[in-house]
Amino acid sequence: MTLIAPETTAPAPEAIPGRPRSALARRLVPYGYLSPTVLLVVVLMVVPIVMVISYSFRDNVIVQENSVFAGLANYTKVLTDADFLAAMKNTAIFISVSTAAHLVLGLGFAMMLNTSLLGGVAKAVFRIVYILPWLFTIAVIAVIWRLLLDPSGVINYVLHTLGVIQQGVDWLGSPSTALWAVTFANIWSGYPFFMISLLAGLQGISGDLYEAAAVDGASWLQRFLHVTLPQLRPVIISMAVLDLIWTSQQFALIWMMTGGGPLNTTEMLSTYTYKQAFSEYEFATASAAAVIVLLITMVLAFFYVRSQRER
Amino acid sequence: MAVRATRLQRVIGAAMAATLVAVVAACGSDDSSDAGSGGAVTLEFAQWWGAELPAGDFDKIIADFTAQNPTIKVKLLSAPYASTKQQLVTGAASKTLPDVVGLDGAWVSDFAKQGAIADLSQLMTDAKYDQSQLASQVQIKGKTYMIPVVNFIYPLFVNKDLLAKAGVADVPKTRTEFLEAAKKISATGGNVKGWALPLDTAVPNGIQNDVMSWLWASGGSMLADGKPALTSAPVKSAVEYVKSLNDAGVIAPGSLTMKEQDKVEKFTNGQVGMVIDSLAHINLIKKNSPKLNFTVAALPAEDGFTGKRGLPYASWGIGVSNSTKHKAEAFKLVQYLMSQETNAKLSTIANGFPGNKNAKPDFSTSDPLFKTAFDIYQAGVPANEFVGLPKSEDLMRSFDEQLQLVLTGKSSVDDALGKAQESWSSVIE
Repeated sequence: MTLIAPETTAPAPEAIPGRPRSALARRLVPYGYLSPTVLLVVVLMVVPIVMVISYSFRDNVIVQENSVFAGLANYTKVLTDADFLAAMKNTAIFISVSTAAHLVLGLGFAMMLNTSLLGGVAKAVFRIVYILPWLFTIAVIAVIWRLLLDPSGVINYVLHTLGVIQQGVDWLGSPSTALWAVTFANIWSGYPFFMISLLAGLQGISGDLYEAAAVDGASWLQRFLHVTLPQLRPVIISMAVLDLIWTSQQFALIWMMTGGGPLNTTEMLSTYTYKQAFSEYEFATASAAAVIVLLITMVLAFFYVRSQRER
Repeated sequence: MAVRATRLQRVIGAAMAATLVAVVAACGSDDSSDAGSGGAVTLEFAQWWGAELPAGDFDKIIADFTAQNPTIKVKLLSAPYASTKQQLVTGAASKTLPDVVGLDGAWVSDFAKQGAIADLSQLMTDAKYDQSQLASQVQIKGKTYMIPVVNFIYPLFVNKDLLAKAGVADVPKTRTEFLEAAKKISATGGNVKGWALPLDTAVPNGIQNDVMSWLWASGGSMLADGKPALTSAPVKSAVEYVKSLNDAGVIAPGSLTMKEQDKVEKFTNGQVGMVIDSLAHINLIKKNSPKLNFTVAALPAEDGFTGKRGLPYASWGIGVSNSTKHKAEAFKLVQYLMSQETNAKLSTIANGFPGNKNAKPDFSTSDPLFKTAFDIYQAGVPANEFVGLPKSEDLMRSFDEQLQLVLTGKSSVDDALGKAQESWSSVIE
């Protein structure tokens, strides 16, 4: 008996040390679930970003084995480089004009597609036509617009036939028109995304609001200003901020259309960084430029996150 | 609970381990050059040549090599030129270059400086290789880093119909004759112009092929004792000549953002009468415009020039990675591609000229223009001073930007050359 009793009570003291283990395990479970994502984020995001930031403070990175700490020298070099400042200015014009035009065109086309004046088939046809630019890859868009804007291309032919111009305009080769030409191509390729998102937003606006406004005697413009726009505001803000971020990173279109030329008039932060890295092999200054772009983008991302929280 | 937690832990642990292995496997370089099954060595060979040759042709040449060397396997990494370049730039930086690499002369200096490509002089000595059969070698400080396998020259392409329509009897041989011919072609009306000058800064090779070629054709040099000499009289004369072509309005519009392919297209469409272009484009031009009546000629030189005319060229060069464990095997592949028979075969299918002096390309089945070009090649000297220079693309771009200022009237030739000289001097020490 006396022998048995301790045996029967024996599991109890064992269970006590088991309890903290299970509590620890329970606490670890959520981290376990998160671990694959965390691992991917660390490997694909944190490590490269930290590496680029560390490169930006060093000299002779990548191409030489013994890189040295250079402090803020790369940042000073980049921020005092006239080409970088020109690229900043061009990028600012490019992204602000693109975003504004995307918004206006997207909203205009979305409202046309949301109208009750058109039948279902007509709407479907227009929906396909309007969304077409979005379906092309950037490489195709660049080639199409290079051909259209060629001095002996279709656009000059049409303008000449209509008597708008006397002789072929060198849209991409002339420093005065090149930036506007690439911005136009970017607007053309990007408005459908705005259109689709705003169309979804428009379709979510309750008809009751318009009816109430009509009962109050509101005109079309008043209904647009006081019902449609306020209802779409959250969509517009997040789309605009996202578009600013995306457009600021546009590289392929510029690279394939003008390569940053003529005379740096279409040089963007992205093409500047690429040239520093892959043509001059100055990976340190390229990293510094990339970190500056990252900071600018983070400011935009901050506004995006704030607008999302407000929603 | 404790049991369930333990099981969960195990599952999570296993999942984490699996993810880790997958991620590490995906990120890690796949070291396929290690000895494979049966003691065979696998060499990775990255190049853009396979992508430019008729499908399967390069694989056949490599298959012959592996048949002769059963202990060596070759894995071809063929991609277009631009992707190969990017892949090699990052590979050189991370010391993960494939065992054997296709090289452009313009990359050699940077790769050699990084210690990414091996000293071939040493490998040639080790293999007791007879270097006298090589037409040329690209050397940095006396050591060979690249051997040109196939050379492509850039002669003058002339649209004979446009020339006849403009009333010009002969293909221009001097700068004056060229300017006159270009003026007459441009005067024929429509969208037709005499010459095309691609100055796009994304790929600024127009400076090498279409601008400096004027200098080299007259025996000039942009370097003096290995240092930039852009303010010298011959360079100034070449740039002033290009400016005179621009001032005369004989250059096709859009040149500041024109790319090489636009130039070829304009010539193919008959919109431009004369271009300086790679011989490799003959087949493309004939395919796209079978009726185009054109010929190739040596580049026009300065009036009264009697010396040998320099002819710009580009090469398919070959090099060996410095980090490969199989340098001897890699050099065997180099040796095979440079051998008289294989080199002749490769040059024939590539429509280029062999890097082995003794190899004779077979023109019997190719376009008669290749024979004409081979005669021009033999009468002149291949000239490309950008080969072996550091950051050569950057040098071309800074020159390009200055030339654009000249052509748009924003800078004088002297100022532009002075600035280009300054910027080149900071790169070429």
